[in-house]
Amino acid sequence: MKFANLLKIAGKALLRNKTRALLTMLGIIIGIASVIAMVSLGQSSQRSINDQISTMGTNLITVMRAAQRQGGVNIGSDNLQTLTAKDVDAILESPYVSMATPVVNSSDQIVYGSRNWPGSMQGGNPDLLEIRKLEIASGTNFTWQDVTNSSKVCVIGQTVADELFPDGEDPVGKIIRFGKIPFKVIGVLTPKGQNQMGQDQDDVLIAPYTTVQKRILAINYLHMIMASAASEDVATLAQDDVEEILRKQHKIKAGQEDDFRVRTQQEMLETMESVSGFLTVLLAAIASISLVVGGIGIMNIMYVTVTERTREIGLRMSIGAKNRDILLQFLFESTILSLIGGIIGILLGLGLSYAASTALNWPFVVSTTAVAASFIVCAATGIFFGWYPARKASSLDPITALRYE
Amino acid sequence: MDSIIKVEKLRRDFQVGSETVHALRGISFEVTAGEFVSVMGTSGSGKSTLLNILGCLDKPTSGEYYIDGTPVSSKGKDELSTLRNRKIGFIFQSYNLLARTSALENVELPLLYNPSVTSSERRRRAKTALEMVGLTDRMGHMPNQLSGGQQQRVAIARALVNDPVILLADEATGNLDTRTSYEIMSLFQELNASGKTIAFVTHEPDIAIFTGRTIMLRDGKIIRDEPIVTQSAREALDALPPAQDY
Repeated sequence: MKFANLLKIAGKALLRNKTRALLTMLGIIIGIASVIAMVSLGQSSQRSINDQISTMGTNLITVMRAAQRQGGVNIGSDNLQTLTAKDVDAILESPYVSMATPVVNSSDQIVYGSRNWPGSMQGGNPDLLEIRKLEIASGTNFTWQDVTNSSKVCVIGQTVADELFPDGEDPVGKIIRFGKIPFKVIGVLTPKGQNQMGQDQDDVLIAPYTTVQKRILAINYLHMIMASAASEDVATLAQDDVEEILRKQHKIKAGQEDDFRVRTQQEMLETMESVSGFLTVLLAAIASISLVVGGIGIMNIMYVTVTERTREIGLRMSIGAKNRDILLQFLFESTILSLIGGIIGILLGLGLSYAASTALNWPFVVSTTAVAASFIVCAATGIFFGWYPARKASSLDPITALRYE
Repeated sequence: MDSIIKVEKLRRDFQVGSETVHALRGISFEVTAGEFVSVMGTSGSGKSTLLNILGCLDKPTSGEYYIDGTPVSSKGKDELSTLRNRKIGFIFQSYNLLARTSALENVELPLLYNPSVTSSERRRRAKTALEMVGLTDRMGHMPNQLSGGQQQRVAIARALVNDPVILLADEATGNLDTRTSYEIMSLFQELNASGKTIAFVTHEPDIAIFTGRTIMLRDGKIIRDEPIVTQSAREALDALPPAQDY
């Protein structure tokens, strides 16, 4: 029996019943389409989270203060004063770290003329903007000289600019007040929008850390250190290096608890990815239930078909079809059904996820693994669910089948 | 003359519950090339069982059956399928055409199960077979667009297409009116005249008269096997009163 002939026989048998074939396929189409759409959308959302995190700088390393026990007393991290500008200089010695900045934060009301806005000011050195992947839209960044002088200058985010200068006035060169202290606006940042936590990244004022330390907070320690790894690949090495340097700086003995915590953006990325990855798997699992239902639909129809076409089977046997030919014919029919259904389903699923990701402003991702996997699953479904009816058809006795009414 | 069919002491028993039914009780006969044989008998006489064995759909309990010199009883299922495909042309009472499939494709069907036939040869042979039964202008028609007589002609073409050594007809005129039956019998006579060997199973004596020899079965045994005076189906057709369908 030639393969091509069998294909022809099975194809013609399906074409004789187009409506039924289409309806049978529908189950598979819906099943595959939903699996593809779910996996694609899951990956799109993952990609979009990824993109957002990398806008914050994938090389970003943050050093925070951590709670520490001293003589049995648990000191809250807010009161910890061990992080200093000297630590920043030490960190910069590491070959894996390209930039580092001290960070101090303060919140107060910002006032300009009759307008005011609750603002949060972040103090750093001039590298802060680059470490946080912020850019100046107009005006200039502050200088190292400003840091040395504790100059009362600041760079403001777009939200702050909009709130204080609603008439489109150029904020650069204007004097605003942060609490009671006047600051000169020397630059405005390019808008960045919200981050994945829903925080407005443009609601920010950035000033030299010395200014914030001395003139606002009257402290000499730091809240945080932000650093940039030399490249994404060495982020983990940089993290280890920074930890070691700081332990040495803070004279922490082996076995003793750290009074700081070093985080990389990569860790953050992994956490987010594992959450959305789990969601993707969950959705795909639910969607694949409909695929199984579709497969059972094929089995059901093929079963009915065998009974309905008993005389045809008898005739085919009487004109020389072997049992194997009949078995293969029915197996081919169910496989063709599920494969064509699968192809339509893949296209439909991709179309759906394209539409959805466009609507949600996510990047559109085609998961080749999902497409390849569903194609294989389709073929397997056809063979698996077609096997039993095909067995039944091929085991018919030609004499009985020919006389079947 | 070449022996096309040769049966020797053919027996076929069926087990029905605890009882054994003897459908055929030792039958021997021979059909030579170019014969037109009718097998007659009432229902229960064993003619269907005999036809199934002659058609290689069933195997005898004992005795031997040779088709075109090949012994059948030792063959396996697949070999029987191949024998049916190459040596036998079946014609059924209810035509058994595939619905929603053109006459041409219906006729091509047996050749699809013969891997040595190419698709162009398949088409050519199917066309020739349809021309032989006089359906040159109906090749693209679906079965439901054809009359009963035309459907049976398609079925005959399908039986002819693999150039079998014998045509086995099972009550081939049973579903047709007298006029169409005579037309079909006339076609069989033409085919027989062109050298085809035909075995025709029927229970109607007025159809059997168009054949050349009658084998009469009763209770699984041959009670008569003799040549008869062949009537011309064409003449019988002409003798019928003119059709009333106007």
